Amino acid sequence: MSAGLIILVVLLIACAGFFVGRSRAIATAGGDIRNLHSRPNYYGLTVALFSAAPALMIAVLWLLLQPLYIEGQVSEMIAPADIPEGGSLSLVMTDVRRIADGLDVAVDAGTLTEDRIEDMRADLSDLRTRLGEVGIAVASEVRQNVFMAAKTYRELAAKLRLAMAVIVIGASLAGAAFSLLRINPDYRARNVSEHAIKALLILSSSVAILTTVGIIFSLLFETLHFFRLYPAKDFFFSSIWNPQFQGGSDLGILPLLWGTLYVSFVALIFAVPIGLLAAVYLSEYASKHVRSFAKPAIEILAGIPTIVYGLFALITVGPLLRDYFAEPLGLGNSSSSVLTAGVVLGIMLIPFVSSLSDDVINAVPQAMRDGSYGLGATKSETIKQVILPAALPGIVGAVLLAASRAIGETMIVVMGAGAAAKLSLNPFEAMTTITVKIVSQLTGDTEFASPETLVAFALGLSLFVVTLGLNVLALYIVRKYREQYE
Amino acid sequence: MYDTLIPENAVDQKEIKINAEDVQVYYGDTHAIKDVSVKIEDKTVTAFIGPSGCGKSTFLRCLNRMNDTIDICRVEGKILLDGEDIYDKKVDPVQLRAKVGMVFQKPNPFPKSIYDNIAYGPRIHGLAKNKADLDVIVEKSLRRGAIWDEVKDRLDQPGTGLSGGQQQRLCIARAVATEPEVLLMDEPCSALDPIATAQVEELIDELRQDYSVVIVTHSMQQAARVSQKTAFFHLGNLVEFGETSQIFTNPVDPRTESYITGRIG
Repeated sequence: MSAGLIILVVLLIACAGFFVGRSRAIATAGGDIRNLHSRPNYYGLTVALFSAAPALMIAVLWLLLQPLYIEGQVSEMIAPADIPEGGSLSLVMTDVRRIADGLDVAVDAGTLTEDRIEDMRADLSDLRTRLGEVGIAVASEVRQNVFMAAKTYRELAAKLRLAMAVIVIGASLAGAAFSLLRINPDYRARNVSEHAIKALLILSSSVAILTTVGIIFSLLFETLHFFRLYPAKDFFFSSIWNPQFQGGSDLGILPLLWGTLYVSFVALIFAVPIGLLAAVYLSEYASKHVRSFAKPAIEILAGIPTIVYGLFALITVGPLLRDYFAEPLGLGNSSSSVLTAGVVLGIMLIPFVSSLSDDVINAVPQAMRDGSYGLGATKSETIKQVILPAALPGIVGAVLLAASRAIGETMIVVMGAGAAAKLSLNPFEAMTTITVKIVSQLTGDTEFASPETLVAFALGLSLFVVTLGLNVLALYIVRKYREQYE
Repeated sequence: MYDTLIPENAVDQKEIKINAEDVQVYYGDTHAIKDVSVKIEDKTVTAFIGPSGCGKSTFLRCLNRMNDTIDICRVEGKILLDGEDIYDKKVDPVQLRAKVGMVFQKPNPFPKSIYDNIAYGPRIHGLAKNKADLDVIVEKSLRRGAIWDEVKDRLDQPGTGLSGGQQQRLCIARAVATEPEVLLMDEPCSALDPIATAQVEELIDELRQDYSVVIVTHSMQQAARVSQKTAFFHLGNLVEFGETSQIFTNPVDPRTESYITGRIG
């Protein structure tokens, strides 16, 4: 019985439990549901919960622990002599699993029978071809011990799967019976189900939090690994970025950090004023008709894939800036430049700034505007001196959110700013950012043990810290000033 | 109810400040104000009373063209301030509102310091030549708003941190700071507790010496306490307008009597 089938059976039991529980509740109340503490559906729901939740939890735990247990049992059968030179136990165990899976497939396909596997002891030469016939490629010649381990692996797995089916379905039935017996008119079924719903809500929110923690830890371990191979001082303070895949490379973050900040700065210089002015127009001056058309139109910008923006930077903005600004001014002749990436990134950020600021400006109470108009202020005085200050925390939040987006953006920068790690002030020169270098260090044929590859994790963590800091700052500002006008 | 009336309420005829003739207001297709003609005197408190939705607030907002900010609102008829039509094309509503100040139902201090709240109007109208001038205006206005003693030590604190009654007096002081000729108050006490209400009412009575005050109120006792003239609105019509003492003691129209005695409203 496969795991999917077991879970399906449990869910069917839960479904049936719902209806049985519901009708049993009505029966215990003598047909009058006003005698019940809760609505009949809640009784059904408790039965369903008791049959599904514990059983599914056992199933999940079982599925997590079973491979660990089997590996522990089987790996004892592998002698040190079976491990090929330069390999490791885990590689041999992978072979064991492949052979075990292959045997399963072969049996299903009819090319092998259980009896033949039992007999296959001395002569293993046949095995490779047999497995090859069913599409399982075994790398090296199969050794006796490995084959025996694979056989044990198969047997154990089959036994445990049967045990799991019995225990999980048993738990489900026991839960159903337990909760069915508890049903009586005074049983507080609604409270029980609401507790379960609350647990579900907590579980959902903790998934998001745990994922964040998990990401941080995975980055953290690889980063520590990197710092063991490459001195942290050089990483943080060296101004040279020159990875050599044969070793001896310079991996200083400074040129990349500079590129990231420079591009983001240009993008924000471009996006914040335009976005803010657009928001002021939309929320204060535009008629309903214009607003209903213009706001979605601006927000379409946010829906364009960044790779398309990248193309725009590559074939339109880059050459334009080079031909009309950089070359006449004698500042360079590269079409990839900080300015290209910054401008296109800025265009991408306009809807972020304008849409969020527009919401914030709209949230300023009408009483503020009335108060100002009532004192004889003009519209522009009202906007400049009352509405924008009142909306400022939200606007700052919007800008910082846009900054996080800018710092984390990759595609536009790859195509717009180039890939040269440089420390320069000239905005018409090609530069590169942290995100671009993470991609280039991890793509292609790389081994995961060299500092040239592992540096990507250190870069990722640094980037994460910067954007996290910005987000925390944004949250703090928004929270600190949020209730000022109430 | 008469015992709350002050004998001084019976005053002589004064100069007409605002003269409204045959004012009609439409919200889209709704005819909200019908044929309202009212003469509002200088240095007098005029109260507008009437049941909810009778148009008293709408009419008040016509007096300083606050209804201009509502797209679907249309005003017809004549409203003369010192003999000049405020709906004339030549009149800039911004300048008009500097002359006709307004205090709202809910206290709405700006999210700025107490000082900046008061200085807002004088600053935008250029009433102060320098900082010292502005300081004088702020102190004078806060004194007129009867709140100086409570806030003089914390002028740099946000105005939103004050209590409801203090906020409303701050808003009155803010309106006074721009030196208006008329002060419009739209239910200024409806969000306040009885003590704060008493303070604001006292303040309104003092303001009468310099300004023409128009107050919209739901409380008939309040109208009787603070006003000299009362206008009773019902379903968009001005039913009766006259001396407060006469309206409350001897109303001419049966609808006024029904409202005052609590039979309609």
